Amino acid sequence: MVNESKSVKEFISLEKTELLDWDEVNQGVLLESFNSLNQNPAFLKQEERDYAQTNSYAASVADWRAVKPVYNRDICIDCQNCWVFCPDTSIVSRDKVMIGIDYHHCKGCGVCVEVCPTNPKSLLMFVEREDVDEALSKWPEKKKKSKGEEK
Amino acid sequence: MAEKIDLPEVVVWDGNFAAANALRQAQVDVVSAYPITPSTPIVEGYGKFVSDGYVDGEFVMVESEHAAMSGCVGASAAGGRVATATSSQGFALMVEVLYQASGMRLPIVLCVVNRALASPLNVRGDHGDMYLGRDSGWIQFDAYNAQEAYDLTLCAFKIGEDHSVRLPVMVHQDGFITSHTAQNVYPLSDDDAYGFVGKFKEMDEMLDFTRPVTYGAQTEEDWHYEHKAKQHKALIDSRSVIDKVFEEFEKKTGRKYNRVESYMMDDAEVAIVALGTTVETARLVAKQIREEKGIKAGVVSPRVFRPFPFDDIRDALKNTKAVACFDRSSPGGALGMLYNEVSGALMTLDKMPIMTNYIYGLGGRDLTTQSITEVYEELAKNAKDGKRSGKVQQFLSLRGPKMEYFE
Repeated sequence: MVNESKSVKEFISLEKTELLDWDEVNQGVLLESFNSLNQNPAFLKQEERDYAQTNSYAASVADWRAVKPVYNRDICIDCQNCWVFCPDTSIVSRDKVMIGIDYHHCKGCGVCVEVCPTNPKSLLMFVEREDVDEALSKWPEKKKKSKGEEK
Repeated sequence: MAEKIDLPEVVVWDGNFAAANALRQAQVDVVSAYPITPSTPIVEGYGKFVSDGYVDGEFVMVESEHAAMSGCVGASAAGGRVATATSSQGFALMVEVLYQASGMRLPIVLCVVNRALASPLNVRGDHGDMYLGRDSGWIQFDAYNAQEAYDLTLCAFKIGEDHSVRLPVMVHQDGFITSHTAQNVYPLSDDDAYGFVGKFKEMDEMLDFTRPVTYGAQTEEDWHYEHKAKQHKALIDSRSVIDKVFEEFEKKTGRKYNRVESYMMDDAEVAIVALGTTVETARLVAKQIREEKGIKAGVVSPRVFRPFPFDDIRDALKNTKAVACFDRSSPGGALGMLYNEVSGALMTLDKMPIMTNYIYGLGGRDLTTQSITEVYEELAKNAKDGKRSGKVQQFLSLRGPKMEYFE
């Protein structure tokens, strides 16, 4: 069981990309995925993989995001729906325990919020500049179901 | 194991069949094609060789030339020997992917049977499509007859696939005049040809699962320039490998190719610079006019159109007094490409010859020996007077009032 107090930062850490000269870049703009590959990476967790600097995982590719999902641990039931649906592998979950959002790769599509089944939702979209703690303090109350509404 | 064909010493092939046999002998793994006149028989020929058991390869039919070249990019990145053929509109539709292929440094061989670009629609030969590819980052060879189309296609694999080059290569031949004219061709035996080209040597292949790589990445302003500069260097540096392979080919066959071909240039005072089948016609006229009129005429022709043989073409023309550059492509509001590029090279001489630009042969319009004779006579007059007698750009064999531009 992963300690719930663990933060995404412990799993996703980026080094600053070094700009290479023309005589240093790979021929054909070829990007290596891993520095070494002793095991099938499909069986390794992200933090266990030896990602190459040229792997897009090693770069922040979300600086144009306008809205972001904010995750509320207090409500989450660890159902893993968001982890399954995220198209950018940006939901960090370990041993079926939800940890948070990888903001270096999340594009803000909102599908995680859409598929979240809790009431209120454990993930909500906020504008990019919104502070995460600020967002958590504005979390809505449990919504009462009106008569006839489907479960 | 593919069946072999026992070829006689000399065969009668047209340029298309010569190229198709080169693809067979190189044992190309994948041809992804959307056939178009006049290059159709090249890929058709390869397809038949595959179905008859003469090549261990795949013929992939696709829905457009864009898809054809995309298929080639995929197969080449996967790690196979790859080729296709096209012409004109098909070439134009491939252009976007041509840049992808060269940027990814994939050694695809493209047999281009040159044909005019619409509109108006036309299936005959001119060099509009060849010129369209000139900034695409490919090596471009120009064959003037069927034998050369065969020889250069074999060389193309060996050069493009060399690990110090790793660039795609086009082999051009003129639509119909070369592609559909049966000529004597001296082929190599299947074993000799394959022995010369060699087994395909993979590099950065995507089918290497122990080393996953990404092809075709996006790079913005902080990376793109460095990658393009590196690609330019590869193209410029490919010259030494081209020379080496041409030398090897000469040892094997006795047929010598040079990045710039010179004909009767030792003492030439006037010269024509041309591409394609025009080169052979100009050579015929140069020989005649020397004998009949005493004009010291010669012909210079780029065999390797890209990388542009800047210094070799300058050396070939450095002692001339007047030079005519023949462009068989609609110049689109400028001087012809050969004129511009050859003039650019000759600018670095202390004394430049008098330059003229002739547009000719668009859409397959015949270029006669009479027209070339008249050009040599004008060049001889320019050389003698030390000044240009006509205008800089002139149109040959065009009906109506003479079209010419610039003093």
